[in-house]
Amino acid sequence: MTEMVLKNVSKRFGGLKAVSDLDMTVPEGRILSLIGPNGAGKTTVFNMVTGVYPPTRGEIHYNGTRLNRLKSSTIVSHGIARTFQNIRLFGSMTVLENVQVGMHCRTKSGPVRALLKTPFERKEEEAITEKTMELLDFFGLADKYNEYASNLPYGDQRLLEIARANASSPKLLLLDEPAAGMNPIETEALMDLILKLRDTGLTIFLVEHDMKLVMGISEQIVVLDHGQKIAEGAPKDIQRNEKVIEAYLGSGAKAEKKAG
Amino acid sequence: MLGQEIKKLVIYTIFLAIIILPMLGFTGGAEFQAERAFLVFGIGVALLVLNLIVKVIRSHRPPPDHDKPSLPERIGDRLHRIPKIFTLGPLLLAAGTFPLVANNYMIDVGITCLIYVCLGLGLNIVVGLCGLLDLGYIAFYAVGAYSYSLLNLTYGFSFWAALPIGVVLGMICGCIIGYPTLKMRGDYLAIVTLGFGEIIRLVLNNWDDLTAGPNGLFGMKRPPLYYPTIEDGGLDMVTYYLTSLPGLFYFILVIAILIIIGVNRLDKSRIGRAWIAIREDEVAAELSGVPTTWLKLLAYAMGAGFASVAGAFFAAKLSYVNPNFFLFMESCIVLSIVVLGGIGSIPGIIIAGFILIAVPEVFRELEAFRMLAFGAIMTTMMIIRPEGLIPASRKKREFHRQRDEAERGPQ
Repeated sequence: MTEMVLKNVSKRFGGLKAVSDLDMTVPEGRILSLIGPNGAGKTTVFNMVTGVYPPTRGEIHYNGTRLNRLKSSTIVSHGIARTFQNIRLFGSMTVLENVQVGMHCRTKSGPVRALLKTPFERKEEEAITEKTMELLDFFGLADKYNEYASNLPYGDQRLLEIARANASSPKLLLLDEPAAGMNPIETEALMDLILKLRDTGLTIFLVEHDMKLVMGISEQIVVLDHGQKIAEGAPKDIQRNEKVIEAYLGSGAKAEKKAG
Repeated sequence: MLGQEIKKLVIYTIFLAIIILPMLGFTGGAEFQAERAFLVFGIGVALLVLNLIVKVIRSHRPPPDHDKPSLPERIGDRLHRIPKIFTLGPLLLAAGTFPLVANNYMIDVGITCLIYVCLGLGLNIVVGLCGLLDLGYIAFYAVGAYSYSLLNLTYGFSFWAALPIGVVLGMICGCIIGYPTLKMRGDYLAIVTLGFGEIIRLVLNNWDDLTAGPNGLFGMKRPPLYYPTIEDGGLDMVTYYLTSLPGLFYFILVIAILIIIGVNRLDKSRIGRAWIAIREDEVAAELSGVPTTWLKLLAYAMGAGFASVAGAFFAAKLSYVNPNFFLFMESCIVLSIVVLGGIGSIPGIIIAGFILIAVPEVFRELEAFRMLAFGAIMTTMMIIRPEGLIPASRKKREFHRQRDEAERGPQ
């Protein structure tokens, strides 16, 4: 079972406790959302999982491997890929190349092979390009492969980020607010895409503020507030959970609800 | 709009007067030489006025259409459509026949140009592709030059035997400077690399026992060529030392072409893409599965390796090295070549290498003002074309064509 397990994970930044004693499991082949008010520590969880910084305490395991002290690029090669809250594409590279970079950890040709242009390198380059075009077809970006990434419209840039993450053939895909800045129609398309990705066998781990998207596609939701897990369960249960409502709307809302 | 421009013109004119009039006026003693000073000043003012007129005319034209590709992009597109044999062929022919028609002085300048093209291409890997600002690059050139010199003088190694050792030493030095700077960016990196460049030069200058200090090393053999002959019925190898300038020119031409091919291949490879990804966004690259630590070290090592090749050739050509060949100024010139040519652009760097080395030679009579002209060219370029002479393009034209054909194929 290739699942991700976080055990007692905490992260401190100086005096600030960004995440404290988080226990959670990302089960294989499902869509799990991590939600919470601003500053709840959601992106911190992503950053710890992907090796941007190690947790202060606790263990992160994936498929039996301890991820705590691994480098980000090594974690990617273990099958965990991510996108970013604020788009981070390689602007002066083409759409094609952006995705090709994502394939780096699944390919081998080094500098010597590149200098000598060995048959192995050529074949690998061909395979990379072919696979990239397949991916771009899947994401509907195939006709824009030769555009500079920075010239793409916003929605396409978001898609390209997911495509690039997918190029590393991950088993677990972390999406950090993929719907941020999208209009309702684009969000709708994004939901379809995430479901389609899930159907290819990917596990999706999502941080998102758009409740329509979260409630629409998540199979399981974990709620964070002030770095602590306050609820976990199916979307329906979360919507009714009082702690969650309080965290999002303040205690006044709870009182109002009780009164009404 | 016009008023503002005229105000600028007046300010610039005052600036020019302050800089040019005293500098050109008091060259032959304390007496003011009005004629020469005002001639140059007049040319400067005329250029400024011309610039004003062009700006005014431009402001009356409709704004440019952003969907249409810019002029350099269109020219680049055209150039790529011409089969390579028509563009590269004449260039190679010109380079090949150059020593036959030029005098020794011109050939010597040509050799220097080619050495700097090699250095520029090597630095392009570090600065242009990987985005690491290196101000001490000339140190690796020194490592190559001194490795060959010492190996040849002390152990009698031939150029060909010493070259790989020099390259490996250069690459090790590249990693030595690369490792501690892995976490640094921008200004901090520039200062550390600058320091490293100076350290290498000072070591060479002061390690008298090994490097003979400021006196330098001399008497290295020229690069040899070997060819077989039949003598006394047996096959024999004859060693021929390249002593003539045309011979050395062809030699460095071949090295330069090999380096151009090598850098071009790296640029278009998986490694090159990873380097550019690091330049664009290091964090995103690492999180896309690119091992940035290893690739940055590799960039330093490869850049240093190419500089070592150029350095070994330089030492072999001159049969003399001393630490003053490797001043900070040289690093600046190589960096200027990369920036002027267009960061990451191979053809741009080749052209810039020739411009920045050959043009100061043309203006040799102006002596001290050469550097002033150098500065003026760089400043002007950065204002009118900050992306360099030939901006780097990552677009794939070949692939474009193939794909169109593939799409048309099945129908």
